[in-house]
Amino acid sequence: MKKQLVVVGNGMSGVACVEQILKQPHDFEITIFGDETHANYNRILLSLVLAGEKSPEDIVINDIEWYQSHNIRARLGVKITGIDRERRVVLDEDRGETEYDKLILATGSSAFIPPIPGVDKANVHVFRTLDDTRALLEKARPGLKTAVIGGGLLGLEAARGLQMRGCEVTVVHLMDTLMERQLDSTGGEYLKRKIESLGIRVMLPQQTAALFGNGRVDGLRFTSGEELEADLVVIAAGIRPNADLARKAGLEVRRGIIVNDYLETSDPHIFAVGECTEHRGQTFGLVAPLFEQGRVLASAIAGNRASVFEGASPAAKLKIMGVDIFSAGSIDESEPGVETVRYEDPSLGTYKKLLLKDNRLHGMILVGDIEDEHLYMDWMRSGTDLTAHRRQILFPPRDADPGREVADMPDTETVCGCNGVRKGDIIQAIHAHGLTTLAGLKQKTRASTSCGSCTGLCEKLLRAVTPDFQEETRTTLCSCVPFSYEQLRDIIRGQKLKSVEEVLNVYGNRKGCEICKPALSYMLDMVWCGDHEEDRSARFINDRVHANIQKDGTFSVIPRMRGGVTTPDELRRIADVADKYKVRMVKVTGSQRIDLLGIKKADLPNVWADLGMPSGQAYTKGVRMVKTCVGTEFCRFGVQDSTSAGIELERRLENLFTPHKFKMGVVGCPRNCAEATVKDLGLVGQEGSWQVVVGGAAGKSVRKADLLITVETTEQALEASDLFFQYYRENANYLERSYDFVERLGIEKIRKETVYAPDVDKKKLLERLARSKALAKDAWLERETPAHPTQFVQIQPMEAQPT
Amino acid sequence: MTDARGWTPITTVGNVPLREGRAVTIGDKEIAIFHLEDRYLTIENKCPHKGGPLCDGIISGTTVVCPLHGQRFDLETGMPVLASQPECVATYSTRVQNGIIFVDLGSAHKASEEAAA
Repeated sequence: MKKQLVVVGNGMSGVACVEQILKQPHDFEITIFGDETHANYNRILLSLVLAGEKSPEDIVINDIEWYQSHNIRARLGVKITGIDRERRVVLDEDRGETEYDKLILATGSSAFIPPIPGVDKANVHVFRTLDDTRALLEKARPGLKTAVIGGGLLGLEAARGLQMRGCEVTVVHLMDTLMERQLDSTGGEYLKRKIESLGIRVMLPQQTAALFGNGRVDGLRFTSGEELEADLVVIAAGIRPNADLARKAGLEVRRGIIVNDYLETSDPHIFAVGECTEHRGQTFGLVAPLFEQGRVLASAIAGNRASVFEGASPAAKLKIMGVDIFSAGSIDESEPGVETVRYEDPSLGTYKKLLLKDNRLHGMILVGDIEDEHLYMDWMRSGTDLTAHRRQILFPPRDADPGREVADMPDTETVCGCNGVRKGDIIQAIHAHGLTTLAGLKQKTRASTSCGSCTGLCEKLLRAVTPDFQEETRTTLCSCVPFSYEQLRDIIRGQKLKSVEEVLNVYGNRKGCEICKPALSYMLDMVWCGDHEEDRSARFINDRVHANIQKDGTFSVIPRMRGGVTTPDELRRIADVADKYKVRMVKVTGSQRIDLLGIKKADLPNVWADLGMPSGQAYTKGVRMVKTCVGTEFCRFGVQDSTSAGIELERRLENLFTPHKFKMGVVGCPRNCAEATVKDLGLVGQEGSWQVVVGGAAGKSVRKADLLITVETTEQALEASDLFFQYYRENANYLERSYDFVERLGIEKIRKETVYAPDVDKKKLLERLARSKALAKDAWLERETPAHPTQFVQIQPMEAQPT
Repeated sequence: MTDARGWTPITTVGNVPLREGRAVTIGDKEIAIFHLEDRYLTIENKCPHKGGPLCDGIISGTTVVCPLHGQRFDLETGMPVLASQPECVATYSTRVQNGIIFVDLGSAHKASEEAAA
């Protein structure tokens, strides 16, 4: 008969340990008890669920099928209340009994709730489980006054998560600096500044004396007498091992369940693993050493005593995007024989401190720049003598051969601390499954699926191991608001944000910069189809005054000349304007238009009025022109009326904005005189049909456009153009030209989602385009209704009268 | 030379929109006045790099980014943000009284000259 293995605890440590047991030959029948009703999930990612970056489904490690496929009996939502060690049975709350031959206690830890009056009021939460997270998500809403008690890793991550949901968050911490267990006071100060720059208030040192409010919490009262209003309070004041079950059963317990180097408790049939344990006086709160424990336990329980757990030096990393904090080893400077080397740059927000003992790395604090984390960890674990590295120890030179770093790593070194994936596992997976992408590696090994901090290392391994490595483009907008374009579009849409200020205040650093402000301006305009709150201060000068700034601070003016067709009247007006405003150069552009160069800002409105022509949008990321040939109307070879089609195309799309400039061309025959095949969008006339081509370029790089579709009528060609145009607007990253966009997505996918999309999807794309178009205006009309009284006007000083 | 200093009334606050700058020429001086959330700051309106009009730059916190080549200056000190840009711009004391922005044109102050002195 098979031996019964019972695991109490369905958390990360317990299940990771079971996974290790399954990897080796065994004769166990396994039962796992979990008091949460969920399948096994990755607890350390709860802050990302709170922030909305991941869904609860995303953080599931083993779904129910996994248990079934391994013949594991999962008893979820069942609490174990006692152990009868004599009879070797565990008792559940319904008085059920389950026999065991071997028992693993993986009961984890609980949030520590400090004995403060009022912690039992409504809207006071802890943040430990998926249910806690769900409860917080139900309460969180924009503007909600929220206090987080505790400025450690978990408290800060919870604070950021809630802030991302729009809450007004204050972190209250008992100590003088944040994360004082991992950082010294200088590091804590740097961290505080970063957290504050994200828009989270930090109050230190503040001891909470009571939570007040009538039934529901209204705020915190501190021992200093000060008060803080709060409608939601999250307590993140640390964790305590869940050792009661073991204590009641008479096992040796101090702070946690005492285990030896084989993870055995004081009863030889009972093992313990994870945050409920105490090993050599140490308890655990971070995941990496727990995977190591799981490995040792899996060997020991099978009777193999070759591997031992010798404890782990603490290592901690904050999982807040844009706030890079890493700490490992001992940070106690006062330890005899310890010397420190340090570097700081307040402007960059970088602080590095290394603690050395006997010329070996003993501990580290890295703030703002954690690039060298893996090298330092390697030095620390291996006890490398650092004599030869001392001169450049704070900035170790990057290896010219990027493969060296990973080649030097031992196979047993952990790459992904969140999921306990070692270098050897990754190499093996790459070979076994022929992986060439990070996505593939993530799927097969789960490496880099959690906090993402080992992504760079995983890519290096892929690059080193497989010759066919395909890099993924990462597209975080900028450090002011560190999300991908896709996430930002979702945030803007989901949180109904209408202005750049709102996005920056809630999801960014409240400042923004010349990179993110115009990008966000574009996204808001696109997502809300023009019905957003326009903020000119977030626009580049060209988009504030609708002209292109030149090297001397004057502007260039290019009126719209649809299809490159003009009239004698227009030409006369252009000539008159050139004379009247002493235009320094009149230039025929490559876009079949005329450029007036050297115009002063203050003259712009009058120049536009005198021209009496609409803006050609030559200064902006928007629809530029449609270049045409003379087509059937005059050309002996023309087979399609390219001029009329081009003018119509320009009318349909003009005054709209795009991720980058958008140039078009329409030609009446395949001779391609107006170069339609190297435009962002081109129509190429053929006998009885049009080819619609997209993603062409004739700039820094030259690229022939891809064929989107061939259609019979001009109206069909125009509709296909509309579809691609709006699809590009909605899905390209800001400043991504159509040719990069088409290459990134692939023309097949674009076809499937535009011209070959289901009618209902096509209709939606066209509707959004129509809504945008309905609100799009000729920007030069601001000559009559300026966005601001001094938009173009040169301010004249008042009469000088010194006071 | 404090006697020669004087607060010159420039324009009403409404003429400088929030988080934007506006240029004003006074005699041979061209200055750029910026409107931050709760205050106005003034610097010379000429980027030391290639003479770009700083009044047209995007504001990022308390810095302005030159529209021509992205040089960045602190509006409070006139100092460049990156150490690789050696030069700074002059700053002028600015205050608001009865809705009018006053600039002390005699207060031109260059941080780099101070450092050199």
